[in-house]
Amino acid sequence: MPIDLAREKYSGSVYTVELGGTSAAGGTRDSVIKIGGETTLPFLFEEGSMPNSPVVGLEIFDCEPTDWPDGLKNEIGDALKDPIKWAKKCVGDFGSKFLCVRLISAHPDWGGRSANDAIAFLKSLLQEVKVPLVIIGCGDAQVDNELLAKASQATKNEKCILGIASQNNYKTLTASCLADGHSIIATSPVDVNIAKQVNILISDMGLDPKRIVMDPTTASLGYGMEYVYSIMERARLSALAGDKMLSMPFILFIGQEVWRVKEAKDSTPLGIKWEIATAAAMLQSGADILVMRHPVAAQATSKYIDGIMKR
Amino acid sequence: MALSGLDIYKLLPKTNCKECGYATCLAFAMALAQKKASLDKCPHVTLKAKEALESASQPPIKLVTIGVGEKKLEMGNETVMYRHEQKFYHPTGIGFLIEDTLDLDKIQEVISKINSLSFERVGLTIRPDLVCIKNSSGDKDKFVKAAEAAVSKTGLNIALYSDDAAKILEALKICKDRKPLMICGDISKLDEFGKIAKENSVAIAVTFSNIEELAQLTDRVKKSGVEEIVLNIKTDSLWKRIQDATSIRRTALKKNLRPLGYPVMAFTNTSEADLELAEAVSYVAKYVSLVIVKSIEKDFVFPILVARQDIYTDPQKPVQVEPKIYEIGKVTKDSPVLVTTNFSITYFTVAGEVEASKVPTYIVCCDAEGMSVLTAWAAEKFTAEKIAESIKTNGIADKVSHKKIVIPGYVAVLSGKLEELSGWTVEVGPREASGLPAYLKGWK
Ligand code: SF4
Repeated sequence: MPIDLAREKYSGSVYTVELGGTSAAGGTRDSVIKIGGETTLPFLFEEGSMPNSPVVGLEIFDCEPTDWPDGLKNEIGDALKDPIKWAKKCVGDFGSKFLCVRLISAHPDWGGRSANDAIAFLKSLLQEVKVPLVIIGCGDAQVDNELLAKASQATKNEKCILGIASQNNYKTLTASCLADGHSIIATSPVDVNIAKQVNILISDMGLDPKRIVMDPTTASLGYGMEYVYSIMERARLSALAGDKMLSMPFILFIGQEVWRVKEAKDSTPLGIKWEIATAAAMLQSGADILVMRHPVAAQATSKYIDGIMKR
Repeated sequence: MALSGLDIYKLLPKTNCKECGYATCLAFAMALAQKKASLDKCPHVTLKAKEALESASQPPIKLVTIGVGEKKLEMGNETVMYRHEQKFYHPTGIGFLIEDTLDLDKIQEVISKINSLSFERVGLTIRPDLVCIKNSSGDKDKFVKAAEAAVSKTGLNIALYSDDAAKILEALKICKDRKPLMICGDISKLDEFGKIAKENSVAIAVTFSNIEELAQLTDRVKKSGVEEIVLNIKTDSLWKRIQDATSIRRTALKKNLRPLGYPVMAFTNTSEADLELAEAVSYVAKYVSLVIVKSIEKDFVFPILVARQDIYTDPQKPVQVEPKIYEIGKVTKDSPVLVTTNFSITYFTVAGEVEASKVPTYIVCCDAEGMSVLTAWAAEKFTAEKIAESIKTNGIADKVSHKKIVIPGYVAVLSGKLEELSGWTVEVGPREASGLPAYLKGWK
């Protein structure tokens, strides 16, 4: 006698965002990574589908990351001094399927290099590595408005994901993404309503909702991760119930958050595990793009995703 | 799941004979629903109705207890699918697999290592819950010896896992009073296992690989008189394990299907520690009440225990830190003083950035009922009055020789009033904590 299991059937679905422009799109990337598209909560294949695997990528800076803990730096080694080498190592040695490039050198605290220098780096990066790119500004709103506009132009048709747009600062970046064919990262401070609001503001400017990914604000394991977990779960349930303005895939900056907590800074082996555990929990709440820092943690997470996606 | 008055009415004789003391069956049903009357007042109720009503009054997922005393592990009795709906009640138990194929010396070594796995975090001690002795050798003596080692060497709870009920019976002789969990590996011998569980009053875990057959299995165990049942998922693929754990929870809660109304357990499938960690964390997040892992390394266990602590935090109660002065680094009389709220994430984020800046700093956490800066400000819990009050009473004036405080950039509007009320010079810091290292380095 078969039992009558309670199954959810959802009417909504997550938008599918494309990362990477190949020659077909006028770009030079070697692949297109599809993100999102879920019609169910994570990995519940009896209730819906998850057409695209969540994807893990390593994060690089456009200058030496002086604030990283030693254990993390040692893993990458001397390549950290040369961002192009660093990028190549991430792709070649560590198998990163995309790269998240943080143009931090333009930040006043990081030397305040001119935007043009950062753009020159970006252009040579396009030559040297062919994986799709997520490009993040330096974090200073003033600087980023100019910097990201230039970065957007320099990577026209490469179909990058550019960030980070917030409720207070989204117009310039949205306009750039519109003009140059990129997608955008919309951030919100662990708040579903604001997340929706930013998505609406950006869509209202004419950017296709299929070109928005949500950054719900990442928190490390043990440092408020559960808030993010539940915010994502709530947003995803709304998406599956049909709320189009919450139906964007999630991007999580796992490495950035984990490698500044005490446990990771004090012990690299523990830090690696901490990063994996945070990623695993975020996958269960709906993470689509995971930006990580330790190659071992990133590779393990990627392998884990392959395992859990296997039908 | 509680029945409504109307649901109950449908189960009553509908004769309105008034013997229950109520004018009609419907009135009696309403009283039952509000728990103002008890069912035995109606002499005419059928056995079937009685069973239905009784089962409806039980929690949809049975509470199962393994062990005795302070360290006992309680599983089940959960009421929601998502933690934001209410909260998860009984944190996932974490146990370790010990196979009796290991030498006895080695087993003892492993157990003492497991005993040392205890961690302090946010003022709490967190530790694993259980050791699971598995009869992989197929040998009775080895199994009993291994169980003996567990009984004498650890205060943690015990699970006994074998395909052979007779061997479990032998092991139970030495640890019955510890109320171990017996795990039945061979469902063809389920009745035999059920009998032993009943006679020794211990809980039994039923191993299943096909969820469709699960209801029949638990019914059989229940017929042997055992009430405390655990569902041991043994499906091969990872996604299917998550799916099964989810389906079981959903079916128990939404359909009140009793044969599935039990806590779920799972052994990790992967042995590579990094992958096993990700697998274990997924189970903690997704409805598994007992996870048995293989690795016993500190760095592996600690994050699992923290993940459990996170997921089982009550979402209605924001985690707060004590409102007081926190000292980061070797502070002096000239160190800067930052003011923020006592929401734990706010505090930890600020503290993390201050640490990163390497500038010794005082952080004054005001009592904002555990809200973040902007929320607390909007809710008038983080006002000039409140901040002034804590500055005046918390003794910060004795710790520093200057009279300057830094407030978060988001509440810059408070500056004027705060200066007036506190008599301190108010400086406006960055809006986000990430701006603190640069800010503090330039602070004078
Ligand atoms: S005693 Fe039973 S049958 Fe009679 S009125 Fe009450 S509920 Fe109805």
